[in-house]
Amino acid sequence: MASRGIKDQVAIVGMGCTPFGEHWDKSVEDMLVEASQEAYASAGIKQDDIDAYWFGTLGSGVSGLTLSRALKIDYKPVTRVENMCATGSEAFRNACYAVASGAYDLVAAIGVEKLKDNGMSGLVSAAIPDDGTRPDLTAPAMFSLLAPAYAKKYGVDEAEMKDVLTRIAWKNHFNGARNPRAQFRKEVGKDVICNAPLIAGQLGIFDCSGVSDGSAMAIICRAEDAHKYTEHPLYVKALAFSAGPAAGPIDPDYDYTTFNEVVAAAKDAYVQADITDPRGQLAMAEVHDCFTPTELVLMEDLGFADRGMGWKEVLAGTYDLDGELPINPDGGLKSFGHPIGASGLRMLFECWLQLRQEAPADRQIKSVTEGGKKLGMTHNLGGAPGECVSFVSIVGSELG
Amino acid sequence: MRGIIAYGAYLPYFRLQKSAISKALGTGGGRGTRSVASYDEDATSMAVEVSRTLMRNAGGIVPSSIYFATATPPYMDKTNATVIHAALDLPSYVFAGDVAGSARSVNVALRSALEGSRPTLVVASDVRTGRPGSADEAGTGDAAVAWLIGSDSDGPVIAEWLGGASSTAEFLDRWRQPGWDYSRVWEERFGEHAYLPLVTEAATAAFKECQLEPSDIDAVVVAGLHTRAVKAAAKAAGVDGTKVADDLFDVVGNTGTPHAGLVLASVLDKAEPGQTIMVIHLADGVDVGFYRTTDAIAGYTPVKPVAAQVAAGNDSLDYNTFLTWRGFLDREPPRRPDPDSPAAPPSFRGDRWKYAFVGSKDRSSGAIHLPPQRVSVKGGAVDDMEPVPMADVPATVITFTIDRLAYSLSPPVIAVVIDFDGGGRFQCQLTDASPESVKIGDRVQMTFRRLLTANGIHNYFWKARPAES
Repeated sequence: MASRGIKDQVAIVGMGCTPFGEHWDKSVEDMLVEASQEAYASAGIKQDDIDAYWFGTLGSGVSGLTLSRALKIDYKPVTRVENMCATGSEAFRNACYAVASGAYDLVAAIGVEKLKDNGMSGLVSAAIPDDGTRPDLTAPAMFSLLAPAYAKKYGVDEAEMKDVLTRIAWKNHFNGARNPRAQFRKEVGKDVICNAPLIAGQLGIFDCSGVSDGSAMAIICRAEDAHKYTEHPLYVKALAFSAGPAAGPIDPDYDYTTFNEVVAAAKDAYVQADITDPRGQLAMAEVHDCFTPTELVLMEDLGFADRGMGWKEVLAGTYDLDGELPINPDGGLKSFGHPIGASGLRMLFECWLQLRQEAPADRQIKSVTEGGKKLGMTHNLGGAPGECVSFVSIVGSELG
Repeated sequence: MRGIIAYGAYLPYFRLQKSAISKALGTGGGRGTRSVASYDEDATSMAVEVSRTLMRNAGGIVPSSIYFATATPPYMDKTNATVIHAALDLPSYVFAGDVAGSARSVNVALRSALEGSRPTLVVASDVRTGRPGSADEAGTGDAAVAWLIGSDSDGPVIAEWLGGASSTAEFLDRWRQPGWDYSRVWEERFGEHAYLPLVTEAATAAFKECQLEPSDIDAVVVAGLHTRAVKAAAKAAGVDGTKVADDLFDVVGNTGTPHAGLVLASVLDKAEPGQTIMVIHLADGVDVGFYRTTDAIAGYTPVKPVAAQVAAGNDSLDYNTFLTWRGFLDREPPRRPDPDSPAAPPSFRGDRWKYAFVGSKDRSSGAIHLPPQRVSVKGGAVDDMEPVPMADVPATVITFTIDRLAYSLSPPVIAVVIDFDGGGRFQCQLTDASPESVKIGDRVQMTFRRLLTANGIHNYFWKARPAES
């Protein structure tokens, strides 16, 4: 029993991604139309060429009809997918498997979320009737639990910890400022980030990802057919997913300095893609920086830093746009924004731009243009520390 | 012999300095402090807390009935005492009922228990206030008390019930229509005029009934919502004023239904064997009763003495926070959805978890699960669990956060992840604490609280609070 992977069996041949942000003048339908039209044009296809769809949204619609109604899909299979904040990635993963199975020639994975129509601050989750005993914390509060636990375990004092978190937000704002599709396209000074009003624990407003609207789509075919659609396809090297016992909140062995699900998904992905030195082999990674402590912990869970050393690497600039391993060169969830169902595919869109050297010049990463690296990662998670689902993909611009 | 086998008193953590009222309003207030139930407490949650305290002194006796007396019942129609029953994890054959509405309800409950033949848990609890600036606002307080009443065949009786007498009269001294959040009172001197002859009548009858003389009395407990009449009652009863126990009005306030019990607890905390205690309770008439401490009281160590709880109070509460907690200040909520109410069927299915904080323990690995699980997190054994009560197990904070976005009547929410001594982890709110003081390694204990009220449903569950030293 093993995760066998489908390395180099399928390819991404077209992508679309709407700008993310507060789209007061756009509906879910508008965003689905815009993302899909861009993706079709990118692959040089018509909608009728698509054999099947995987449609991800956390809560901006139900069933495949939300997509088929918007796009007027002509009696094709549309699967609605939901896996919390990893929804977009999960749509992509299942679409890839459908092609690899031979069931379809050409499929689409699309994600969308409309968060700004409910008038609330932060994310709002649907209420499932229960006994009222579940801790009712907001998302920033749950992820902020990582900060004191990490600081205590590795002897980082409160001020240093704040610097580390600030550095992560500063970096992602710097990158987002160079991304015309990002929600927040402004560099923000470290003093502004550091002194912003607190939301939860040590986290200020700039430590939290943008609540936004948006949609993104990928077109997928068998690897051998890829050049029918594009000169520069991206090949899928690994697709890994992990859902655990969600026992962190009830198991004293969990210490709130890691995501076991991420470690498991990364391990599986690296085996599938034959990666032995992720920090050295990857050109970039798009990771799930929902809140700044998440990105810090992910650096260690994904093998980009030794345990307890991630905070020093952050301060040293290892993950900056011009650093050794650029993390979230598009600004991440922090600056690009986080329309839940679209985010996993948005991460893939940055790999699509960067590995094909189509990113704007001021954020095109040198690990690709000068370092000659061919591989990118997307990492997506949903849930909370100790109880999450995690996705890791590796894509590359060459076969082999 | 029948009487008190165990007793308990509960004072909430917070105190309001009465001077804070006059500072804000330019009127009202006074000297001293009053006790304040926190935003997550009500008469029922405090009744649970005091009953838990009492049961630790009860030597394993399972009461056959629970009588819950309150003038501030959180629910009408629905019985409130069943929450106490569930929180104590008592068998279903134990009767639980309310005696609710007036301050005299407590004497209905006590009298029934004392005149009965089975061990009975009597609990009294009130959350009291008045309109901003009123005498009631400054003069009342919040508390809960409990007695385990039984016979010496049930367990050692520490204070024997000697008997008593009552007087009753219909007159308008104080009233509150259902739904009002404050009481109305008639002119103060009228109540005193009505009460004092009733005190004399009941005291005279009680002395005669029990063949006691005023000179036999070692301590006098006087309580009632008419403070002026209470102050004058000892004289009207013909007893020595120097024997009257501190009424706690200056530090706790007049707590209404439980108040006689609260003062009695403070007397019993220090009592020696063979002392005769007279209780005079003014409530739409007067109830007088006598207890005599037995030799067994020498071996009785109250879990939470009243004096220790008075000393542990935090009197830094802002007046505006007090008003917000009591619903007199309607403040802007965060831009978040209204809180959800718990659903009845899942609460019913998991009542031992929700109300008694009973987890499950995997027989093979020993792993403790909060909430109870079918499948073990350690080793994956299926359906090999036994219930494990965790409400009285101390714990340690392993990480925490201050949630400034979450809805709360008293933001910000302090959330902690705690590991219990001997195993088990839980994530919950920390209450009776300030955001500035919480840190990893803090010791905590569990406390029963009302998390929120939505759709008229009170969501009772457990929180952590700083451990009492």
